[in-house]
Amino acid sequence: MTDATNNPGASGPTARKHTSLLTIDVNTRKRNRAEARFRSYGIAAIAIGLSFLVMLVWSILSSGLPAFTRTVVEIELTVTQEEYAAAEDQLFKTRAYQDLLVGSLAAELGEDVDPESVERIIGSPGAMLRNYYTANEDQLGEAVTFKLPTSSRTDGYFKGRITREGQERSTFLTPEDLDLADEMKENGIITSEFNWQFLTGTEASDDNPVAAGIGASVVGSFYMMAVVLILSLPIGVAASIYLEEFAPKNRFTDIIEVNISNLAAVPSIVFGILGLAFFIQFAGLPRSAPLVGGLVLTLMTLPTIIISTRAALRAVPPSIRAAALGVGASKMQSVFHHVLPLAMPGILTGTIIGLAQALGETAPLLLIGMVGFVALKYPDGVAEGLLDSNSAMPAQIYTWASRADQIFYEKAWGGIIVLLVFLLTMNIVAIVLRRRFERRW
Amino acid sequence: MNVKLTASALAIAAVSASGAYAQDRDNVQIAGSSTVLPYASIVAELFGENTDFPTPVVESGGSSTGLARFCEGVGEGTIDIANASRPIRDSEVETCANNGVDEIIEVRIGYDGIVFASQIDGPEFTAFEPSDWFQAIAAELPVDGEIVENPNTTWADVNGDLPDAEILTFIPGTRHGTREVFEENVLLQGCEDSGAMEAFVESGMDEDAAEEACMTVRTDGVSVDIDGDYTETLARIQSNPNGVGVFGLAFYENNTDSLKVATMGGVAPSTETIASGEYPVSRPLFFYIKKAHIGVIPGVKEYAQFFMADEIAGPGGPLANYGLVPDPELADTQSLIENETTMSEM
Repeated sequence: MTDATNNPGASGPTARKHTSLLTIDVNTRKRNRAEARFRSYGIAAIAIGLSFLVMLVWSILSSGLPAFTRTVVEIELTVTQEEYAAAEDQLFKTRAYQDLLVGSLAAELGEDVDPESVERIIGSPGAMLRNYYTANEDQLGEAVTFKLPTSSRTDGYFKGRITREGQERSTFLTPEDLDLADEMKENGIITSEFNWQFLTGTEASDDNPVAAGIGASVVGSFYMMAVVLILSLPIGVAASIYLEEFAPKNRFTDIIEVNISNLAAVPSIVFGILGLAFFIQFAGLPRSAPLVGGLVLTLMTLPTIIISTRAALRAVPPSIRAAALGVGASKMQSVFHHVLPLAMPGILTGTIIGLAQALGETAPLLLIGMVGFVALKYPDGVAEGLLDSNSAMPAQIYTWASRADQIFYEKAWGGIIVLLVFLLTMNIVAIVLRRRFERRW
Repeated sequence: MNVKLTASALAIAAVSASGAYAQDRDNVQIAGSSTVLPYASIVAELFGENTDFPTPVVESGGSSTGLARFCEGVGEGTIDIANASRPIRDSEVETCANNGVDEIIEVRIGYDGIVFASQIDGPEFTAFEPSDWFQAIAAELPVDGEIVENPNTTWADVNGDLPDAEILTFIPGTRHGTREVFEENVLLQGCEDSGAMEAFVESGMDEDAAEEACMTVRTDGVSVDIDGDYTETLARIQSNPNGVGVFGLAFYENNTDSLKVATMGGVAPSTETIASGEYPVSRPLFFYIKKAHIGVIPGVKEYAQFFMADEIAGPGGPLANYGLVPDPELADTQSLIENETTMSEM
């Protein structure tokens, strides 16, 4: 008994104070208070975390949602055969179409309207007109109604991104132009609509920033993720099964193990350098291609997948293996018939975490030419999708964030929303798959 | 298992198929200055829209990075054109030649102004002189015949006409071509204007050391090097009311809502004052073509010709609309591209 007593002053049971279960003594109260305090710390931590999340979501939504609407101008235009031939004859063809449009709209608005003012309001939609007429030559000479996006500044004015005062010192859109734009809005020529072009469009330059969309880079990201998944899942799972179940434990496998753990912590830009040196300069693969991006990201994702797969395999109770071997299964049968299915949920979680990490990566893409002004068309097929120059979502967002025109700021945040939706979809797929594979013992 | 085997077989097939593809790159690859990037991307977009060539890929990263990649060698894996906001250096020409890039065509696109802007609601920074900037951010200044560490803390210390606000400047980092122009046209000029140059020489420095001293920027946090893009400078200015930043004219014109510009040497920056040479801080922009790639990579020469056509780079064209000051000697540049005249033939 004595060695259980902590207080040396208390000698035996006679010195013990009589306590009652009904009255709470000082010590108990102290312990209860400590517990209550601890709980409140926990709640406070969660509350702080949640408030940060709310702030983050709020700032993303408030900055990014305007990207999903656009200001459009509705114009009826007739292009004659001669005008078409004359436009196609020039070096700067899209400009000729734009002049036709400006002339037609200025005439419609009234005698005293300055065509240059109209031009500043509608921006540079010449390429859209050219694409339409070269594809639909039968529409020449007919009146066609176009709904074209306005210039980025007109759009910004109606969305509150730019102010009248700020434009007094600007050469891009003057306060008088804004008066005309207000008038066009009242007459219903300028309206606002959902911006499908942002979701389906491709990169655009500062000459026509309203046309910029995230669509092509979503496709680029998709192809990269496909390469990552197709390569890193089988390689990663095969490597971990061998290392965990079959490999002998010796110095050599130890070195491999240490290296895999270290690789998982290597900064991603290092993989970009490797990709540039090996895949592009040595193997001769094209620059800016999603295939190379996917290969680089595969290297980056492999350690993550191997580590999580090995952890999942280790978590399968040894009794399962022993039982399988006990009823006469070979080593391979025990692994593939019993261990692997049980480890599947863990493997899938690791894979999705690795993919999500790869999806948001920009640094290695910088070196292999996927960050910049890339991707002005959709790939025509799977091979083109892998090999044609393209960007990826995080790279596109990064590029937009460094552009001068304020509309790109809005588009960058809008791109983040799309990226988050993409990630959320991936996670939901993972959860559904995990549920289906989950087994309890 | 079959699914996995098929998947890996597909992947291997894709990799090997690309080996064959790699032999014929069909789009032009460009990299370099972030100042030239907006112009180059406008032209790249229009080139894709107006011709049958695919749209070139334009990467950013700074003049030095672009030229370094340009000089890596000749072949499909290297870029065709480098954008630069400063002329190519002799050392870079040498590196290029060592790597087999000995035929380079230099194309001057036009001119770009460098402006000094601050927060629109900040102190009244409306007029600067080069000497103000030199005295505000030089590392060492001559005071009463002695060379001392820069003692100035507010703009009013430098020039009584300027607001009594703390000095805080955001200048382009050393990897930007803009930095060189800033050092030469502002700091060195200010150094000479304020008489500091003479004082440096009198203190026993030779001419080169004095110039070096003129262009050395203080490192006590008063002047901040921005290695990123102008958007980073803008963000810093928006969070520091006293901050003054160095921007390209086109960037400022895109952001008149949040920035106000100051005159330099009494001249307000605009395409007109830059074209006439009145505004003191402007620099030419360039791109460099690898002649060995003309005829090998489709569209290299055509891109350069399209870029420098009157309709594009001339007055009233889309580049001028965006803020480029057109080159008065455009016709010379056009014939230079037409004849594929390299730098060594000039």
